[in-house]
Amino acid sequence: MIGPVVEWLTDPANWEGDRGVISQTLAHLEYSFIALLLAALVAVPLGLYIGHTGRGRVVVVSAAGGFRAIPSLGVLFIAVLLLLPRLSGEAAFEVPSLIVLFILAIPPILSGVYSGVQQVDPSARDAAKGMGMTGRQVLFEVEMPCALPLIFSGMRSAMLQIIATATIAAIVGLGGLGRYLIDGQATQDYAEMASGALLVALLALAVDFVFGLVQRLVVSPGLATNG
Amino acid sequence: MTILDVPASEIVALTLDHVYLAGLPLVIGLLLAIPLGWMALRRAWLYAPVIASTGLLYTIPSLALFILLPGVLGTQILDPLNVVVAMTLYTIALLTRTVADGLSSVPEATRQAATAMGFSTVRRLFQVELPLAVPVIAAGLRVAAVSNVSIVSVAALVGVQQLGILFTDGFNRNAIGPIVVGVVGCLFLALLFDAIILGIARLLTPWQRAVAS
Repeated sequence: MIGPVVEWLTDPANWEGDRGVISQTLAHLEYSFIALLLAALVAVPLGLYIGHTGRGRVVVVSAAGGFRAIPSLGVLFIAVLLLLPRLSGEAAFEVPSLIVLFILAIPPILSGVYSGVQQVDPSARDAAKGMGMTGRQVLFEVEMPCALPLIFSGMRSAMLQIIATATIAAIVGLGGLGRYLIDGQATQDYAEMASGALLVALLALAVDFVFGLVQRLVVSPGLATNG
Repeated sequence: MTILDVPASEIVALTLDHVYLAGLPLVIGLLLAIPLGWMALRRAWLYAPVIASTGLLYTIPSLALFILLPGVLGTQILDPLNVVVAMTLYTIALLTRTVADGLSSVPEATRQAATAMGFSTVRRLFQVELPLAVPVIAAGLRVAAVSNVSIVSVAALVGVQQLGILFTDGFNRNAIGPIVVGVVGCLFLALLFDAIILGIARLLTPWQRAVAS
């Protein structure tokens, strides 16, 4: 199988143009980062609030446990069938796909942020209060920096979930590297499928690696043993 | 009898396929993760590479793995074996770290007491360390079981029979009914696996119940 795959991957025709590897990779990254950003906008403040105040803990714990059980493919199809009659053009599959990516990314981020804030050493929190910090200062200057390793691990697992689900979403017409897996299957072209699969796996590894690097830069060296 | 336009007999057959594809890898994965986790813990220099490489496995999207495995194993793309191998890899990826964490949670005093009573390393592992690590390993196994059940459904895209086939069938016929049946079936199986693992873990740790009551 290696020969045809190498041949496919080294053919410049497969890399250029609208349907080429470069533009599909960029499309895949674009959908993924939009979904991650939207999910983070909701999940980070919510997780900080729940972790800081301790209110609504049950929601986080059950959401984090339950989300793994949700079959993303089924949810994706339901979203498309429900929204299809109401949308037109590219939006008809882009909007439902993005909604599903967004929803699936919330629980891992939420539980990362929440457990990050919640596991902060109580004596660090007390020391901050004793120094006269306000609740807001304690949250942003002590709890959040200390929670960063777990916030990052939540973000990373959310991103992997998004990249994998965006791949699957090619079946409902979404662009990205998933196209090669689905289109290759439709035309019985194993070289195209396997090349696409290889590229998706590499993309996931690369994105996770970059997140790891950023994490190393951002997290305080005093906490590095945790991550 | 039909439920939301899906014949009951079909639901049963697909559910059984799903149980096999998600359940068998859990057992194989656990059996392989125990020696891996144990080795990672006993040889300190092995810990980082073993945990990192099993972690990398989990990074690979499931559909990509289902498609790449036939090329590696020499199987047909429709062969359920690909799914079993892929799910086993994911299970190992999740459990190796859990097993290492579970074994390292055994108190040093307990380990030394076992050695002083003349337990060999292997006997100590099976009769002292692993039983005490059951709660931690069971927690990891529950996560793996629940995520296996949902990931297996993706294999419908390469045509492997299990509950996920109801998703692609329903979508192709523009019918939401079968998709809902499939989703509910997956959630039900996830709960069932979870309950079974919880039950086995309770049976294996009678001392925990004694403390609780």
